This record gives sequence, structure tokens and C-alpha cells, in this order.
Amino acid sequence: MKEEIIIAGFGGQGVLSMGKILAYSGIMQDMEVTWMPSYGPEMRGGTANVTVVLSDKRVSSPIVQSYDTVIALNQQSLDKFQQSVKAGGLLLYDPNGITTPPTRKDIKIAKIEAAEEATKLGNSKGYNMIVLGAFLKLKPIVKMENVIKGLKKSIPERHHHLIPMNEQAIERGMGAVEV
Amino acid sequence: MAEKLLMKGNEAVAIAAIRCGCDGYFGYPITPQSEVMETLMEEKPWETTGMVVLQAESEVASINMLYGGASCGKKVMTSSSSPGISLMCEGFSYMAGAELPCLVVNVVRGGPGLGSIQASQADYFQATKGGGHGDYQLIVLAPNSVQEMYDFVDLGFELAFKYRNPALILTDGVIGQMMEKVELRPEKKRWTDEEVIKLHGDWATTGKTKDRPQHAITSLALESAVLERFNLRLIEKYKKLNEQEVRFEKTNCDDADYIIIAYGAASRVCEKAVELARSEGIKVGLLRPITLYPFPTKEIQNMAKQLKAILTVEMSAGQMVQDVRLAINGALPVEFFGRLGGIIPTPEEVVAALKKMVK
Repeated sequence: MKEEIIIAGFGGQGVLSMGKILAYSGIMQDMEVTWMPSYGPEMRGGTANVTVVLSDKRVSSPIVQSYDTVIALNQQSLDKFQQSVKAGGLLLYDPNGITTPPTRKDIKIAKIEAAEEATKLGNSKGYNMIVLGAFLKLKPIVKMENVIKGLKKSIPERHHHLIPMNEQAIERGMGAVEV
Repeated sequence: MAEKLLMKGNEAVAIAAIRCGCDGYFGYPITPQSEVMETLMEEKPWETTGMVVLQAESEVASINMLYGGASCGKKVMTSSSSPGISLMCEGFSYMAGAELPCLVVNVVRGGPGLGSIQASQADYFQATKGGGHGDYQLIVLAPNSVQEMYDFVDLGFELAFKYRNPALILTDGVIGQMMEKVELRPEKKRWTDEEVIKLHGDWATTGKTKDRPQHAITSLALESAVLERFNLRLIEKYKKLNEQEVRFEKTNCDDADYIIIAYGAASRVCEKAVELARSEGIKVGLLRPITLYPFPTKEIQNMAKQLKAILTVEMSAGQMVQDVRLAINGALPVEFFGRLGGIIPTPEEVVAALKKMVK
């Protein structure tokens, strides 16, 4: 099993931490992982992305050109990475603010109204966990118990009381994803 | 089994420093290595192991703080990125001249000048051919994973003290910024004053006693004959390094007609390129130098007998390729592929360069 994923969106959406939680969940399931952020003069409101590779075997390149899954959380990211989804791969996006939806026919396209669901939950910070839930529903590569373990490892102990809220958001995402 | 943690290469350097008994870190922030000092400041090792962490007023000050600490036989280190390392080069030369051990980490970014903050390997010449003045060498280690970032801190100190010579970890923004699984190694305690005297009392400034002459730490030798004798001694040291400390990793080389030579982040990309090329039937392997100085010259010469050509891949205009060509000495075609300015080559680009060479 090898899954090459890019998560791309605005800075502040929790793109990097979502990738970190996913990577840590992979470690909890005894996988090999890499987490490679775009780093640069990035800021809140600018674009941010992270490449996560989860594999049974040693990961060679942490930087890849085509992905099994692209998670695009704004129009720029959708435009930039739509063509990088491998044929038969998955494109997951949040339609909020999207004026030009994806058009490819040779990939699986799924929608998650993560901003709307986060508002309904009354937990705007749960946005990235809703997206993570949607992804895991479509590609259950890590078990939920390992995701919870990954959450515990990724979040400082003083915030551990927030884990049930995150769990709730992941479940919300699992239920709300549309294919 | 030891706990496995997910961390950045830069964080791994900081955690490894604390856990391998480092006495002091002196640094100045610069992207893409700032997490080294940030992590140290968060971990507050001065409250646990007693390790000193200090933000110096500049890189020049940092390296001279290392000179002072190392003179006392302490395990001291710094980290920076390319422009900061350039400022430290005078210090490297003085420390090599005074035979002082220390560990320096260079998380390379694009240059020359201020360049960019993206990953690059354009400091190979600076690391392996000088940077500072005089006939000296640094011991240069090139990790290609976060685990090696962790492990090479301890290895770097070990080699630095064994040879009484500065050691440099030459890495880049990719390895520094990426997160991977790290297995922590058993903790080593900092040396006590007694241990420092026992281990390094024959040269370090541990406090003069009546039964020994004073220890002067200096790189000054005004008499030519004295300096030449010292230069010859350094050459002996570097010869021993070349005989005993060469490290490299070979992947898929046994039946290879061609090999790619790459280190650090570029070697990770090339690992994937080898997978891709093999799936298309090209018999190619990967040789990854782990020590850039001493360089695996002999190994390259041994492998040349079975090969048709060599491709060197770097995130530079072509620096290590010169050492490969020196080793091969015209016996085989040695081609080069590189990306510049902080752009990471893709596995597909490497395969294309390989096919061009094979044709």
C-alpha cells in the first residue's frame, strides 16, 4: 500500500496540522510516512500545502509530481493540482468559494462542504478534521483508533480535552462527503 | 521497542543534541533551520541536562563561542543556513588549525548571496573544499532522512572528538523541514569535569596542574618549519579519515549497468527515479555518499569496472560531480543533471536525464 497525498488550501485552514495528524496516524498503524510542507514567505490568507506519503515500505521521494489523492480547499489549489491527480485517483474539494469546479472525467471527484458543516457544528476550528473525515471515509487507509492515537500525539497535552470535539468533526466529515 | 515520534529534521537535530550529551548550542536564527534553536528553547535543556542554549549576536560570535567551548573539551555545536555559514568560515579554519572538535549543521538554501530560502545543495564546495583559508578539511556528513539528522548529531560529535576536527552536517531545506518517523536512541549523559580531564586532558584547557605543562590552544605557527610539520600532521589525519571513515549506501547496484550518484534530498528523489527506471527495464542503481568528506572515491573506482556510465544528480550547478569525475579519471562518461535556485528535481526529470545518457 502506498498513498501519495497533497493537501492544499489557504494558510490558517489547518492544512499542515491535518497532514501532521494523518502522518502520525500512519505511524500509529506502523506505516512509513513523510510530511513535506511548502515553506516560504507564507502567511494567513496565503496558500499553503503539504505532501503526505503513507506506505508499507520505505518512502523514497518525499516530493512527488502526481498524487493518488489531491485535497483542494480553495480555487487556486484546485486549479494548480487538478491535473496532478493520477488517473483513477481521488480529488476531494470544498465547493465553498469555488467558481470553476473540477472537470476531469478519469478521476473520482468528491465534495465536502467543510466550511458549512463546521458552522453547523459550531466549531469553526474543526474545519480540517471534517475534511480529514471525508478523506478517510473515501480512503480508509488508517483505522479510526489509530487516528485518535495520532491526534493525541499531534496535539499538545494541554489541549487533549479538545480531542472529543475533533473526533466529532471527523465523524461529521465522514457523514457529509458527497461523491 | 523505542517510541517512534514524528518530527522535522531540524527538530530531530535539537532533540538529538540534548540526548547525546551536548554541552552547549550557540546560534543565530535563519530560515530554513530556525526550528533547531526554537526546539531547544522549548525543551529548556538547561533545566534538565544543564546544556547551555544561547542566541548569539551573530554567526561570527556563534562560531567563536564554539572555539571557546571546544577549547575546554566541551561538546559544542551550532547550526545555520548558507549565508550564516559563510560568516562562520573563518572560525572553521581557526578551529581546524587549533585542532578543535565541534559540530556545525548547515541546512542549505539557494544562493549565492541571500539567495532564496528554498532547499539547495550549492554549498558542497564550501563544505568539502574549504570555505575558510588554509590547507584544512571538515568532516562532512550528508543525512537523507530525519532519522539520520538525529543519528548524525551523535556521530558528528564522535568523529569530531576522535579526530579533533570540526564536523559538519551538510543538509538542506527539504530534510530540515520535512517530518518523518524518528526512533530515539538511548540517552547519553554530559561529560563530568572529571570525564573531560580523563578523555581530553592531554590537550584541553581543563585547568593547569603542577604535573603538566600549560595547554595553549592556537592556530598560530610563525616558524615555517613548525607550520609545515603541523600541515603534514593534518594531512596524516585526513589520510586516516579517508582510510577509516568513508560511509556510503548502495541500492540496486549489484547488476547495474549504470548508477546515479546523489546525496541528501536529491538521493531520495533518485531512489524513486531508480524504481521508475527499473520498471522500464533500465539496469540502474544508486550510490549515495553519506560522508562527503571523506568522499567514497575508492568505491566509485571499484564500481566503475562493471558500469557503462554514471549520472550525478545534485541541487546545484554541478559540484560533487567534479569529485566523481576525479575518481573516474576519464574511464567512463560521467553526466550531470541538476536543478537550481531552490527547485527540487522530480524523479521523472531524473529518469529523462538517465534515458538521454543511456541512449
